[in-house]
Amino acid sequence: MSALLEIANLNVHFATPDGDVHAVKNASLTIQESECLGVVGESGSGKSQLFLAAFGLLAGNGRATGSVQYRGAEILDAPTARLNTLRGSAVTMIFQDPLTSLTPHMRIGRQIMEGLMRHRHVPREAAYSRAREMLDYVRIPESARRMRQYPHELSGGMRQRVMIAMATITGPDLIIADEPTTALDVTVQAQILEILRALKNDRKTAIALVSHDMGVIAGLADRVQVMRHGEIVESGAVDDVFYAPRHDYTRMLLDSIPKAGETPAPVTAVGAPLLTVDDLQVSFPVKDVGSFGGLFGKTRSLRAVDGISFTLHQGETLGVVGESGCGKSTLARAVLQLLPKSGGRVVWLGRDLDAATQNDIRKLREDFQIVFQDPLASLDPRMPVGVSIAEPLKALEPHLPGDTVRQRVRAMMQRVGLDAAWINRYPHELSGGQNQRVGLARAMIVGPKMLVCDEAVSALDVSIQAQIVALIRDLQAETGLALIFISHDLSVVRRLSHRVMVLYLGRVVEMAPSDALYAGPRHPYTRALLSAVLSPDPRLERQRKRELLAGDLPSPLDPRAQLTFLKSRLDQPDYRPRLIEEAPGHFVAEHD
Amino acid sequence: MSVPDIAIAMPEPRGRSLWVDARRRLLRNRAAMAGIIILAAIVLLALLAPLLSPFAYDEVNYDLISCAPGWWPVEAACSAPGHIFGTDAIGRDIFVRVLYGARVSLAVGLVATVVSLVIGVLYGATAGYLGGHIDGLMMRVVDVLYSLPFIFFVIILMVVFDRNFILLFVAIGAVEWLTMARIVRGQTLSIKQKEFIEAAKAAGVGPLGIITRHVIPNVVGPVMVYVTLTVPTVILTESFLSFLGLGIQEPLTSWGVLISDGADQMETAPWMLLFPALFMAVTLFCFNFVGDGLRDTMDPKDR
Repeated sequence: MSALLEIANLNVHFATPDGDVHAVKNASLTIQESECLGVVGESGSGKSQLFLAAFGLLAGNGRATGSVQYRGAEILDAPTARLNTLRGSAVTMIFQDPLTSLTPHMRIGRQIMEGLMRHRHVPREAAYSRAREMLDYVRIPESARRMRQYPHELSGGMRQRVMIAMATITGPDLIIADEPTTALDVTVQAQILEILRALKNDRKTAIALVSHDMGVIAGLADRVQVMRHGEIVESGAVDDVFYAPRHDYTRMLLDSIPKAGETPAPVTAVGAPLLTVDDLQVSFPVKDVGSFGGLFGKTRSLRAVDGISFTLHQGETLGVVGESGCGKSTLARAVLQLLPKSGGRVVWLGRDLDAATQNDIRKLREDFQIVFQDPLASLDPRMPVGVSIAEPLKALEPHLPGDTVRQRVRAMMQRVGLDAAWINRYPHELSGGQNQRVGLARAMIVGPKMLVCDEAVSALDVSIQAQIVALIRDLQAETGLALIFISHDLSVVRRLSHRVMVLYLGRVVEMAPSDALYAGPRHPYTRALLSAVLSPDPRLERQRKRELLAGDLPSPLDPRAQLTFLKSRLDQPDYRPRLIEEAPGHFVAEHD
Repeated sequence: MSVPDIAIAMPEPRGRSLWVDARRRLLRNRAAMAGIIILAAIVLLALLAPLLSPFAYDEVNYDLISCAPGWWPVEAACSAPGHIFGTDAIGRDIFVRVLYGARVSLAVGLVATVVSLVIGVLYGATAGYLGGHIDGLMMRVVDVLYSLPFIFFVIILMVVFDRNFILLFVAIGAVEWLTMARIVRGQTLSIKQKEFIEAAKAAGVGPLGIITRHVIPNVVGPVMVYVTLTVPTVILTESFLSFLGLGIQEPLTSWGVLISDGADQMETAPWMLLFPALFMAVTLFCFNFVGDGLRDTMDPKDR
């Protein structure tokens, strides 16, 4: 029996203004029937281009050579008409961003039915009932209603499920899943992976799973290929690659994943806290679109941060964990006075910031700085990095002579591991990791007492992530910096934080010293979050029974959403679960 | 023997500004440099006009009415060897009139555009950055000004004040900045959402610094394109006003006036249309090249 897909000596070149880019070098792989092949690599390793090239989906300036055989027939450079009958029926794809890969103006139902009607010539009524079955299969409740909705009305996890339904409805032999869970929260990721696993086991569909995340691969793949700079550096059965990696690069990838037991020792809180946040609230007005297109719609308020209190001492790191929409970024911005709060107090070194004028706060920015998630977006594309780094100095200490500023910029660049000769480079000329070092240098140059890292390493490859985390740790050890480290990634938070605070819909559900939290989570939401974290351990992943949360995050506009874990109080919709100190320093919100 | 340390001998790189980079890139852009050189030549010709021709711009010669230049290849009713671009319907030299027309057209085009650029960019960037009620108020003012009929507005200006040259700038500038303000405001609104603006705020940069250092450099691309479209529009608007008798008055002239006169006699005396039209077309082309070049030079991704 021949392989389902056989790629031999595939080369992909791109003609760019900077010359020829050899994106995939001599890649060969096979996928057997009903097998899951994991392809791992960091950004730029050519892992996505490999599959795009194989099915004739390269960008206009790309060129592929070599051989791609589907069931023994050559398909590389096959006529588009033939590829079209193959793509979408026998081979389907799931992409990373489910919003951009769904057509915004078409109802969900029509998009799912389209492939079936086009490729299988199924009549409309039959296609409709098949589509509803598929939605049930991917566990989307109320499928009849969902069929009539538009993509923007669904959450990210729902949309990805719709993508899977679309990809599966024609009964393909092979699904190519390109980073299918990267844009999703951990708990949703776990749900999506469950569906993919069911596809593979029940329907005997082969899956090519492309991901940068070793944990995603570990649980699902039968065989693994590791790619680096366009080359396949290691391939083999999943257990062999994970437990006995032969190539240095594979070993490095596995080593840079944060593991248990690396939690820093808790700091003893001495003296008064640097920062005290007391019952902080931030709400945004949300317009209900009325019959007159929003003009006369009622305004409701969305409580993004709904009464959060904590303190932060010098040299301490507070990890803030939660899924998208839990208010963690809003919290950071309100603490830093970048957003107006609607209630509560922020006290900095004993001084209530409510009483401070705009100008006072601007001066106080020497003390608290922030590093953002997207290193490229947070730097002005028209400023050389040296100017960006100097900016806080120029704004906060305008009297400094130009020479001193330049010296401090160069010293700071060297401190964060950048070549001082790059002072004139523009952000687009540097890599993501280097740009994040620039962002860190910009925040550190005024010598702040507190640094907020808002998902500061989330957009980076794992190996770079580990370097930046180490750098932040060093800077903290040197300067006694207090850190608020915000991330959706529980394992990264674990590496840095002395204490961890778990947020759910703008409220704290659990706050405890790191060790206590990771070893013995008490709130059901924390337990679900921790159980959804993937580890790069295939045997563990295959056996593990997850505590899955059913469905999506409830809408934060729903006043009863706060009582998801306290169903016994549902008759009092305004009730807010209280925090109870169950052990010294270990606070848990009331739950059933 | 000691080996000299090369790394120490190298000069330390100094910080560069956007503008220094932009100039360097502009100098390397051939089309833009050619445009700048030709524009400079036209400006020079216009300034030196009295020295370049033996005729005055208002010198009437009834013996040489609608005469072709001496070198004109086609048989014409009358030929005037001394007039290199020929003469017009009352025997004035077209060469010197084209150059005097250049003074008026370029002055109106550039001054009105610069005025609209400065007002429009500052107004639009401020409205867009501040947002909220201030933005709403500022943009409603723009809407009200937009709704005034242009010709009506000019006639009122001409009646209230006396008709003069400066008023022409004011009238055109007062209308052109409105579109500029709208474009800049739209761009500012989208740039305001970018993370680097928040980063600048967190770094302690004040609102004025954010507008001048971050917002304006990032709206330059679309603005430059719009400017290169504005200069031709303004030159054409001027000729339209002159045609109605509200702009430049005889014997002074502009390219717009010369072209509209020449168009009337296109069949009998094509040189009367050809030369002013050629000058105007070349000028507008050059503005477009320079505009494209400026937009590219302001984009650091295009090194």
